[in-house]
Amino acid sequence: MTQSNPAKQRSSGRRGTRLRRQQLAGLLFVAPAVLLVIVFFLVPLGMAFWMSLHNWPLLGRPRFIGLTNYLNLMNDQRFWNAMRFTGYYTVIVTIVIFAVAFPLALFAEKARPMIKVYRTAIFLPVVVGFGSASLLWAWLMNVDVGLFSPLAYRLGLTEKPVNLLASFDTTFWSIIVMVVWKTAGFNMIILLTGLQGISTEVQEAARIDGASSWQRFRRITLPLMRRTIALALILSVAGSVLAFDQFYIIADGGPQNSTVTAVYWIFSQSFVSFRLGYGAAMSMVLLAILVTISVVQLRLLRTPEGA
Amino acid sequence: MSERKAATARRRLFAATRYHAIGLFVSLLFVAPIAWSALVSFKPSAEAARPPLPPWPVEGFSIQSYENLAKYGVGIWTYAGNSLTVAAATVVVTVIISLLAGYGFSRFKFPLKNVMFVLIISTVMIPFQSILTPLFLILTKLGLQNTLPGIVLIYVTLHLPFSIFMMRNAFDAVPKDIEDAARVDGASVFLMLRRVMLPLVLPGVATVAIFAFLASWNEFLAALILLTDQKKYTLPVMMAAVRSGQFGTIDWGAVQSGVMLMMAPCLALFLLLQRYYIRGLTAGAVK
Repeated sequence: MTQSNPAKQRSSGRRGTRLRRQQLAGLLFVAPAVLLVIVFFLVPLGMAFWMSLHNWPLLGRPRFIGLTNYLNLMNDQRFWNAMRFTGYYTVIVTIVIFAVAFPLALFAEKARPMIKVYRTAIFLPVVVGFGSASLLWAWLMNVDVGLFSPLAYRLGLTEKPVNLLASFDTTFWSIIVMVVWKTAGFNMIILLTGLQGISTEVQEAARIDGASSWQRFRRITLPLMRRTIALALILSVAGSVLAFDQFYIIADGGPQNSTVTAVYWIFSQSFVSFRLGYGAAMSMVLLAILVTISVVQLRLLRTPEGA
Repeated sequence: MSERKAATARRRLFAATRYHAIGLFVSLLFVAPIAWSALVSFKPSAEAARPPLPPWPVEGFSIQSYENLAKYGVGIWTYAGNSLTVAAATVVVTVIISLLAGYGFSRFKFPLKNVMFVLIISTVMIPFQSILTPLFLILTKLGLQNTLPGIVLIYVTLHLPFSIFMMRNAFDAVPKDIEDAARVDGASVFLMLRRVMLPLVLPGVATVAIFAFLASWNEFLAALILLTDQKKYTLPVMMAAVRSGQFGTIDWGAVQSGVMLMMAPCLALFLLLQRYYIRGLTAGAVK
């Protein structure tokens, strides 16, 4: 702007000042947001990487150790256990959420009497926090005063009340049920938006041409909902990879540390054992996984509908 | 003819019955845990220490669990107060900052504008769980570790990508003529923003505020790590400590009354402002 020829500059002098004032005003408007993102996001991000290259105790001097933390991670059985468990949980919970949310979305799609009430009821658990939901289910799962074990016992399904938190499978599946209860409504609404985006004319035309309802679902609904399904899928996967609250509050990582997730592992390394550098290295691995998921998401979402 | 009409009516009735039966059953499944917890929180302590069968209080209605809850630590109202302070401050600061930034990104041209916008939005890809340790150290350096303002700043930053995205879209939807007219009338930028623009983008503000409130009121992990002094705990951190037995034998009635205290504001807010909440959800979905 300042390098344009003098004659032109003179004639547009006032406009130039106004332009600069405009630019300054715009910068000032966005400055607080940019500042916060730099101080509490970009700087910590750089620090996390820097710390991952150090032996970094809570107190005392950090020592540069290069990639040693990463090499140690590779040989750490407990790290792999946490990663394996997180992957297992993510796959299972995502499948179950979809198996529940898709039928719910199909059920709640059309405008019918009372549908708003039903949708709201199904959605209610979404707005309560994972913390409160976990505290609620920790009680329902309790062997002495809870609901599930005593109920099964009284109905004669089990010989004595079963402690759900005593074995991996019962702990795991109880938490899956809780997470599905908490998140199905969210996925239902996302899928619902996708369903409503499909024009009724297309469906109607297929019906007149004699397509069965399964054929219509398989050949029209599913392909046209690709973007929506991809979005719901990615949100569910990203959320599950970062799971922490429910495993910490309900199961305390047990039994025998079998339900320690990746974030739980970072938490206990960094803030229980205070191996900050080691925790940071694990954080970078987690970050790489999440960014990969996001990139895949963008790829999937960019492809045009039905392609 | 009339027979066919009757058959159609019968089929319709059957379909409607089936639809409502499914609807009621599914709704019940999703509401039941909340209702169960609410009911047990109003049982006398002794009854709350037994399995909730039947779910409703048989030995009379009681607020004993709430009284027991009130006595934990330095008193439950301190923790509820902390939670409320954090959530309210997060809402106010998030709204102000995203309002300004949304306006700036929507209406002004300045160098690096797109870079800054993409930078802010792309932070949604980075899980804050992976930068908790550096955040802890930065807050310590700033003297904000273990303080409520410190955690508010973290929460605000976490909500900025979504909030700024929402607010920029809200401003983009307002026609430029409205501003020009106000400017001709000689209004200053801030006066115009407050008097003319704010009412027009209020639905967007409502959406941003609800999401900021729910997320900060319910957040657990960052609060667990960054608030080390028991007096500073927010409700989720405090109740998790109660559940883990840090305050003696677990009183499950009191825990469920705590769960009610944590859930009630979220449920009330959602039921009152559902429209704005769903708007935010679908706006995120179609972006």
